[in-house]
Amino acid sequence: MTTGRTLAKRIATLSVAAGMIGLLGGCATSGNPKDPIEGFNRAMFSFNEGLDTVVIKPVAKGYDAALPTPVKTGVSNFFGNIADVFIGVNNLLQGKVQEAASDGARFLVNTTVGILGVIDWASDMGLEKHDEDFGQTFGRWGVGDGAYVVVPFFGPRTARDTVGLVLDVKADPVANYSHVATRNTLLAVRVESDRAGMLPADKVIEEAALDKYSYIRDGYLQRRRNLIYDGNPPRESED
Amino acid sequence: MKWLFGIVAGLALAASVNAQEIAPDALIKSVTDDVLDIVRKDKDIQSGSTKKAMDLVEAKVLPYFNFTHMTKLAVARDWRQATPAQQKVLTDEFHTLLVRTYSKALTEYKNQTIDYKPFKMQPGDTDVKVRTEIKQPGGKPIQLDYYLEKPDKAWKVYDIEVGGISLILNYRESFANEVRQGGIDGLIKSLQAKNKSGETVAVKK
Repeated sequence: MTTGRTLAKRIATLSVAAGMIGLLGGCATSGNPKDPIEGFNRAMFSFNEGLDTVVIKPVAKGYDAALPTPVKTGVSNFFGNIADVFIGVNNLLQGKVQEAASDGARFLVNTTVGILGVIDWASDMGLEKHDEDFGQTFGRWGVGDGAYVVVPFFGPRTARDTVGLVLDVKADPVANYSHVATRNTLLAVRVESDRAGMLPADKVIEEAALDKYSYIRDGYLQRRRNLIYDGNPPRESED
Repeated sequence: MKWLFGIVAGLALAASVNAQEIAPDALIKSVTDDVLDIVRKDKDIQSGSTKKAMDLVEAKVLPYFNFTHMTKLAVARDWRQATPAQQKVLTDEFHTLLVRTYSKALTEYKNQTIDYKPFKMQPGDTDVKVRTEIKQPGGKPIQLDYYLEKPDKAWKVYDIEVGGISLILNYRESFANEVRQGGIDGLIKSLQAKNKSGETVAVKK
């Protein structure tokens, strides 16, 4: 548990530091009320982009090219199965009992029949995969977004989702696994598996964005809004 | 001669009824199936030929897009301060950018399949949402929704949402920012520069 706690603490410290630097650099903004610490965020964004270009993306490309699709599917399912436990907990916290029960059933079926989650039988059985986290739970409870923050290593968040992220990491069975070498390997594989899944989006974003920073920021904010409403947010006004 | 007129009139009537009867969900399905069929067979598009994908999009998809509405949504309140001439240039440039983006997405197509969600519509509706989902081996399904309107005879798409992200509304903040800094002409210039840089990349490929 100690390691998980340290990791969670580290994120919290980074976020506080982020907030402080943001306050200091408060004048470097374009006046977007959702993004009051834009100067800091842009700096962190380039830091994350640099890290991605030099390390994470090349490895993800290798991973994507080297492994056959069934293996990649298995890896992604394995981590998805672990995540289902806390997706269920968050559904419960949001009062969505039926969804939570379905998440529990998913975990049971996939862990046993699906051989530790490698095969996603539950989806074939019609138990839909959900997407929940603590940030969304807070959103459901009525906590507002707060300022947009680019968290080092983790990327875009809102202030609310940064607090959610600390809890997500605290509750994450992978990040809290006691055997350090295994834990680190699992964390690295998960990062690369997730990143590999995003590779096709990269080129499309490059093609689409006038300014990549704000394109990703506004996409993130839209996406979170959509998730909090479980895919059915009220439509934004015409102008 | 009367019988001939009867046939011609009958055919014309049948054709117009047919055009009106294409429901929005059927339209999305037939266009998607059409396009994906071609992409699956086309080795050039699969290996990243944006140019060829763009031709395909121009021919098969564009007739069903309402670019003026899309541009209006993206430019939002600044649209009213643009002159008709500026509105036209904005629409043209945004059109190019969207076509290029959409085509790029097609070149990334592997072997995903599309699921069509149940669609409900009241008679007389002129603004609907058609929900689909992209299923990909080894990945989470992605929600892909189309917003359609029927201003007169035919249904047209005016917004697309991927995973809950509107590809049109996503431009609002950056467009507003461009207008704040350089006016409508500033936004036009940025769009033109973006489209030019896209061209050189496309040629290099």
